[in-house]
Amino acid sequence: MKKIDLLLSGIGGQGVILASNILAEVAIGFNYDVKKSDTLGMAQRGGAVVSHIRLADKVKSPLVQKGNVDVLLSFERLEAGRWVEYLSREGYAIVNNQCVFPLSVSSGYEAYPSREQMEQLLETATQRVYFVDALSMAQEMGNQNVVNIIMLGFLSFLLPIDANTWESGIAVRVPPKFRELNLDAFRKGRSEAERMVGETSG
Amino acid sequence: MKKLLSGNEAIALGAFHAGVMVGTAYPGTPSTEILETLATFEGPYVEWSTNEKVALEVGMGTAYGGARALVSMKHVGLNVAADPFFTLSYTGVGGGLVLISADDPGNHSSQNEQDNRHYARAAKVPMLEPSDSQEAYELTQLAFSISEQFDTPVLVRSTTRISHSRSVVEFEEREVVHRALPFVRNPQKRVMIPAHATPRHIAVEKRMQELESYSEEFPYNQMRINNTSLGIVSSGVAFQYAMEVFPHASYLKLGMSYPFPERLLRSFQSHVEKIAVVEELDPFLEDILRRFGVAPIGKQFFPGTGELNPDIVADSARQAGLLSDPPLSHATRPASFPLPGRPPGLCAGCPHTGAFYVLRDLGFYHSFDRPAITTRDKVLAGAKKSGLIISGDIGCYTLSVLPPLIAMDTQTCMGASIGVAIGLERAGIANKVVAVIGDSTFYHSGITGLIDAVYNQASTTVIILDNNSTAMTGYQGHPGTGISAKGHPMKVVDMEKLARGVGVEDVQVVNAFDIGTIKFAIRQCIERNEPSVIIVRGLCPSRSKQRGDQLGVDSNKCDGCGACLRLGCPAALRRDEKAWIDTSQCLGTVCALCQQVCPQTAIVLQTPAEVKA
Repeated sequence: MKKIDLLLSGIGGQGVILASNILAEVAIGFNYDVKKSDTLGMAQRGGAVVSHIRLADKVKSPLVQKGNVDVLLSFERLEAGRWVEYLSREGYAIVNNQCVFPLSVSSGYEAYPSREQMEQLLETATQRVYFVDALSMAQEMGNQNVVNIIMLGFLSFLLPIDANTWESGIAVRVPPKFRELNLDAFRKGRSEAERMVGETSG
Repeated sequence: MKKLLSGNEAIALGAFHAGVMVGTAYPGTPSTEILETLATFEGPYVEWSTNEKVALEVGMGTAYGGARALVSMKHVGLNVAADPFFTLSYTGVGGGLVLISADDPGNHSSQNEQDNRHYARAAKVPMLEPSDSQEAYELTQLAFSISEQFDTPVLVRSTTRISHSRSVVEFEEREVVHRALPFVRNPQKRVMIPAHATPRHIAVEKRMQELESYSEEFPYNQMRINNTSLGIVSSGVAFQYAMEVFPHASYLKLGMSYPFPERLLRSFQSHVEKIAVVEELDPFLEDILRRFGVAPIGKQFFPGTGELNPDIVADSARQAGLLSDPPLSHATRPASFPLPGRPPGLCAGCPHTGAFYVLRDLGFYHSFDRPAITTRDKVLAGAKKSGLIISGDIGCYTLSVLPPLIAMDTQTCMGASIGVAIGLERAGIANKVVAVIGDSTFYHSGITGLIDAVYNQASTTVIILDNNSTAMTGYQGHPGTGISAKGHPMKVVDMEKLARGVGVEDVQVVNAFDIGTIKFAIRQCIERNEPSVIIVRGLCPSRSKQRGDQLGVDSNKCDGCGACLRLGCPAALRRDEKAWIDTSQCLGTVCALCQQVCPQTAIVLQTPAEVKA
């Protein structure tokens, strides 16, 4: 199988690690070898989080290389920008357009990048840049906590793992009470990808 | 069975399958999850020990008693445990004893980047270095056999990337056999008076020679001959990075990197044209190669500081002329557009914030060269006053050194705050000095400093920030919590009684969310000519999950002075030149520190209607 390198980035509390764990388990079920490495900074909430995930027949390094990442899935707008050098020319940058201001921005001494700035930055690496309004989609579903699963749904459209494997992988890793909600979120994310990516890539 | 496990989980599983009977540790990133995972298994006794020295001593007793013990700690923890470690090498074990040292190249969460491979050589013990979770699982099991076969403790050296990365582990579920031999009396071997220690040293040297032969045949020390123009010697996660960059090179891959297999190296050398050593931190393997007369390509190109990754290995290899492919990355980051960072800080509702706010105020840290956030900062900018000196310690609260609190002057190692405060006082400086230390750190090694202050009649003020948890590493228990590593209730070691018991007469307990009282207590104590202890008590919000009634800002009253922003609370923010409270993070009346520091009384209880909106 062709190797796939991914970076999942976001903020502590957004469910980045849970999403990356689900992805890793689903990929193992699909007979990939998997290595992943999470960096959470220091323990406090609200810090930047990044998860390196690598899928291949046999994975060596647990860390991805610059210029080699096939999908950057960012759960927050600013956090996408930190990893631009890692994207490959054919890579996808999938960015949840949600903004979580760092203390330096909210207390007024630094500026938060606009969507246009971020788009421009990411496009120095790849033309495949997509902004997803996962937060509003989650709010429409009545639960902000499913942003990560919506993003996974979007991602699933880009990977050669079938939807059924994904759905059973998610079903066993979320509490039974929230199973339907999460599967629904997954499908919403996936059809959003179909709508946005499907039409451009034909 | 196939499972995706972190290196730490794999180590715990390996130890469990090896029939470990006792697991001891003091929490420390990146080692913490080893004991946490072992605690989830039925069978082994596990404990959070008071500190790493005690952890190793308990493990040592277990090994003397004929059972297997797993002792885990972060790299700097082994400094604390070094005293028993070196002499344990002389006494030998009995039951297998495996010590896991989880090093932190890159300083993800540590005060230094020391390379603990040197401990193996210094203490004359064998060392294994896993390069992924599968090896972490297998080598931990083997380490117990080696320990018993050679009557030696075994050091397993992990690093952050091994401990915290996840990879597939294949293993078989099995019946775990716990084996404990009876205690055998042998004072010549276990009582290290000089007359016994001298012959034991000779025995240790003989053991190292036997281990050298063992290392030559050790199945995880492998020579893989591929393209012979380049031979790479490597161990640990650096091996994976090297494989990524040089998939076709030949390798001497070391699972046991000490003692080093010399004959294997000679054979490897005869197969390849040139040799490079790829290793993280110090030139440990490189120095050994040089002693054998081999001059490898090493630290003159590969960095000796920080964590490696495939990009750094590739860049260094390009400089060394080993690689000609250009770098893959092509993206450019426009200089006109900086990305704001997310430096770590104290959480909303943190019980440490109030104490540091007071200390900063008393310390007048306004001489710092930094952006003035508040009108008051602007007035005081440049005003240099000789205020309090704050001798800090290790925990979440060390983050108070960052803006806007900037309330710490020194911090080196666990428990140092009190000794350093005594030393500053003895240096004869005019400033008042306080020591600030967390609860878990106080039990770990602060208590000995406090005894020193009492005995030698220093006038040190010790502020113990008691959040009833080892918060930084994930809320583990400690003697003051009375909660065991398995989550069961234990005996509480009472902090106040302990401080009074060692002879501190002035011991006060203050509420962490009452700024006035904290300020009064500190002012009073620093004027006294005797040691005093102020326990600032409040629960860690990440753990207690308590929320009070919601607070908000009355925008008619707020004049935008920014006093509340100086708390560094992530829920107290600025919006349209006024203060604004992020109610998704704010704990409301449980904390209310911002309400206490607002000069305009603009922070008020929200009405039910406002809460809904």
